[in-house]
Amino acid sequence: MVRVEFLGPIQKAPLELEITNLSELAIVLQKDSEMSEWLKNCAVAVNDTLVSSLYVDLKDGDRVSLLPPVCGG
Amino acid sequence: MLYLYNGALEVTAILKEWYEQEAGSNYGAYIPFVGTVRNEDGIEGLSFDIYEPILESWFKEWQERAKARGAVIKMAHSRGDVMLHESSYIAAVFSPKRRVALEFIDEFVEDFKASAPIWKYDLKGGKRIYALERSTAIKGSGILGEKS
Repeated sequence: MVRVEFLGPIQKAPLELEITNLSELAIVLQKDSEMSEWLKNCAVAVNDTLVSSLYVDLKDGDRVSLLPPVCGG
Repeated sequence: MLYLYNGALEVTAILKEWYEQEAGSNYGAYIPFVGTVRNEDGIEGLSFDIYEPILESWFKEWQERAKARGAVIKMAHSRGDVMLHESSYIAAVFSPKRRVALEFIDEFVEDFKASAPIWKYDLKGGKRIYALERSTAIKGSGILGEKS
């Protein structure tokens, strides 16, 4: 199982998914209409490391985080 | 060093603490930046969420960059609510000479605004409203929206 967490202002409970890479996660989330705007502007981290492409394999126990636009200070 | 606090920052205490930490370190320059919540657009204050694991790794990279230039970087930020005229953010650079610190604080604060995993909300009419228009998408955002 891969745990998917939605950080900051995204009001969505974590998901537990049987997926093996980020492309599969993209397909799952693109079917979710409440996520469509967030998918355009969220960064993605796997086990707390930011990634820049969907070509990332996932294994059991991995954690994916979605980070919406930021504004500290 | 990275310091996170619940609520507003105690500015004078933090600046004094940092000053005292480095008083004997032979730095010629101490350049702090203090961010204060301004009264604008009818807000009562701001509120912040922080994702600490990635904030810590982001800050660690900046500590390494500071070290490479003979400097030290320190940062404090609030979690939760911070009301008008209170401070939510302090960053400071210590360096042997002023030029490095002046340049470094500018680079650091710019990247902080663009990359640090912190989310800002306006406190208005008893609501907590995400400040999307003032926020910046982290570099590399949007990959999950790509059609495969």
